[in-house]
Amino acid sequence: MPFKFDTLSLHAGQTPDQDFGARALPIYLTTSYVFKDSDHAASLFNMERGGHVYSRISNPTTAVLEERVAALEGGVGAIAVASGQAALHLVISTLMGAGGHIVASRSLYGGSHNLLAYTLPRFGITTTFVDPRDHSAWANAIKPETRLLFGEVLGNPGLDVLDIQKVSEIAHANHLPLLVDATFTTPYLLKPFDFGADLIFHSATKFLSGHGTVVGGIVVDSGQFDWRASSKFPELSEEYAGFHGMNFSDESTVAAFLLRARREGLRDFGACLSPMSSFQILQGIETLGLRMQRHVENTRQVLAFLSEKMTEPASSSGGSEVESVIHPELSTHPDHELATRMLPKGCSSVFTFNLRGGRAAGKRFIEALNVFSHLANVGDAKSLVIHPASTTHYRMSDEDLALSGIHPGTIRLSIGLEDPKDLIDDIKKGLSAAASVTMTTRA
Amino acid sequence: MKITIDNHSSYVYRGKADSHVEVSKALPNIFFIHGAQQDHSCWALQSRWFAHHGYNVFVPDLPGHGMSAGDPLESIEELAKWIKKLIDQLDLKDVTLVGHSMGSLIALEFTLQNTSKVAKLILIGSALPMPVSDVLLDAAQNNEPKAISMVNNFSHSSQAQIGRNTVPGMWMMGVNQRLMERQKKGVFFNDLTACNNYKVDSNMLSDLSDQSLTVLVMSGSEDKMTSPKSARKLSEQILGSRLTLINGAGHALMAEAPNEVLDCLIGFTK
Repeated sequence: MPFKFDTLSLHAGQTPDQDFGARALPIYLTTSYVFKDSDHAASLFNMERGGHVYSRISNPTTAVLEERVAALEGGVGAIAVASGQAALHLVISTLMGAGGHIVASRSLYGGSHNLLAYTLPRFGITTTFVDPRDHSAWANAIKPETRLLFGEVLGNPGLDVLDIQKVSEIAHANHLPLLVDATFTTPYLLKPFDFGADLIFHSATKFLSGHGTVVGGIVVDSGQFDWRASSKFPELSEEYAGFHGMNFSDESTVAAFLLRARREGLRDFGACLSPMSSFQILQGIETLGLRMQRHVENTRQVLAFLSEKMTEPASSSGGSEVESVIHPELSTHPDHELATRMLPKGCSSVFTFNLRGGRAAGKRFIEALNVFSHLANVGDAKSLVIHPASTTHYRMSDEDLALSGIHPGTIRLSIGLEDPKDLIDDIKKGLSAAASVTMTTRA
Repeated sequence: MKITIDNHSSYVYRGKADSHVEVSKALPNIFFIHGAQQDHSCWALQSRWFAHHGYNVFVPDLPGHGMSAGDPLESIEELAKWIKKLIDQLDLKDVTLVGHSMGSLIALEFTLQNTSKVAKLILIGSALPMPVSDVLLDAAQNNEPKAISMVNNFSHSSQAQIGRNTVPGMWMMGVNQRLMERQKKGVFFNDLTACNNYKVDSNMLSDLSDQSLTVLVMSGSEDKMTSPKSARKLSEQILGSRLTLINGAGHALMAEAPNEVLDCLIGFTK
C-alpha cells in the first residue's frame, strides 16, 4: 500500500544522509557540484544522468522539498521557487509569451491580481477576470489566444470556493489547462488534482511553512494534461533551440511542463529558492497534517463565537458590532454546499468578518488585540489580523472597497494554533473597543 | 521520428531531437523496448546517453502505446515480428536489444527468431515464464485504475515509495502512475495477457549460448514483479549470460536507479 499523508509529510523525498547517517535533511549550501570527469559533466548537461549542476537549476535540499510536495499533492513533480509570486510567474511564462491570454477568477490575492492586471499586459499577456461562480463567464471569456484558466481554491477576500471540477471541465473542453492557487487549503484539506486541476501553486510562505520565517513558492504538475494533443503549446511540443533542440513532450510524456519550466524559466528568470529556505519549509511540512487539523478546530470555535455575537443585541461589550461573518463552513456562505462536498476536512483558517462601525471601529478593534499580531500575512502558527480599509486598501474609497468585496469594517483573521479560549478572549477585547466607537456614534 | 508499419503511424524516439539526428550506417544500433502499459519515455536518460555516445538509438512506442497508432498486438510473438518489420524498414543489419519486463520478452523472442541480427541482448526486470496473477488480470480487464495502482505499488521498492529521486524534483510514483493512466483503455489487459501467455522451449534458450551473442540479465534486488530469483533462473537457462543485481531497486529500476542501470549498460556494450 502506498504511504499515507502524514508519513509522506515526514519522509517523502528524503533518505538518511548516506555519508554520515544524519537523520535530519542536510542543508546543501553550495552553488555547484563537482563533476567526476568530463563525460559525467556532459551527461548531466545533456540530461543523460540525473543529478545537480548548479543551484539555480536544482539543489539536493530543494529537490527534497519539491518531491515531498509533489507526493503530497499526487503530482509527477514540482519546482520550488523564491515566492508564491515567482511560482505564478513561472507557470505563465512557461505556457505563453506576448499575445497570450488568461481567464482568471476575479477573486484573487492582491499580488496575483497586480501581476495579471497591471504588470503582464506590459509584456503582451492579458487577462479577462470573471466571477468564479459564473461558469458561463469562464467559458465565454476563452479566446483563441487563451492559454490558461486560473483561480484560487478559496478566493480572496470572500472565500469563494472554486468549483474545480466544473472549471476544469470548461478548460479541458477548450484544450486548456487549469491552474489553481491552493495556498489556503494545502494538500491536507484538498487535493486539486483529484478534481481535475492540471497545475497547482502554493505560496509556501503560508501554511506549508507555518512558522512565518521564510518566503517561498512551489509549482506542482499533475502530469495529466496532454500538451501535444492540445496543439496550443508549441513551447512544450516542438523543438526548443534554447536547450539542445529538445522537444519536451517527446522527452517526457507526463512531465513536459516541468522540464521546460526548469530548463527555461528557472534557468533564465532565476527565481530559485535558497536551500536554507527549502529546509525551513520542510520543517513546517513535517507537521502539516497536525497543524491544519488544529487550525481548522480553532477556526470553528472562533466562527461559533463570532456567529453568536452577530445575534446578540448591541452593548458596550460589543454584541451586535459583528455585522456578518464570511466563511464557507457557515450555512450563510453562498458556497457552503460546495465546500461541504469539496472540503470535508475544513475550509482553512483565514476568513473575514465585518464590523458595523466602519473604518474607525476596525482600527479600534485591531489596536485592542494582544494575542493576534497585526501584520500582512496569513497561515502562520501564530494568529494574525489585518484591517484592509486602514492598511492594504487604505487609499480606496468606501465605494471602491465595495467593488473589491471589502467593507470599511472588514477584519481579516488568520487563526493560529494558540489555545482557542485565549483567541476568543482577545477578540472580545477588540469587539469592546470597536463597540465604543459605535456607541459614541449612535449617541 | 514517425515511421509507418502495417499502415499505422509509429513513433520512435531517437535519444535527441529529431532535427539533430539521422541514421548512420557507420554507427552501432541499439533498441530500447518498453514494458506493459508504458511508452518510450521510461528510457529517457539511458537512451539519451547512447544517442550522444556514438549509437543510432531507437526507442519505439509499441503499437497502440504512447504516440504509436493502431491496436496493441496480442502476443509477444506478434510484437517481436513488429520489431522485425521496424528493423527491416530501417535497413539495420544488426542491433543491440534492451528490453524491460514485457519488452524483455519481446527482445528475447526477436532474438530467438533472428539470432544473427542481434549483437547483444539485455533483459531487464525479466522472468520466463512471466505469469500474471488472476487478480491482476481481472483488475486490468474490469477495473483498470485499480490494476494501475496495484502495478505502480508492486513496481517500486519500499525505498522508491519514499522517494529521493535521482532526477531533481520528480516524484517517481506519480510519474509512473500518470504514464500508465495515459495509455489507451484495454492496452493493459492486452499486455499483461501477452506476458502471461508467452512460453519458450527451454532448449531454445540454451541454444542461444551456441551463438556469438552475449546476454545480460539485470534485476533489482527488491523487484516484486519479476523477482531476482526468477532473473537468476533465466540467466542460468541462457548459458554464458551475465547476471547483474541492482541493489535496492524494484521492478522500475530504470527510474529507481537510472545511473546504475546506465553504468551497467555502458559496461556491457563496450
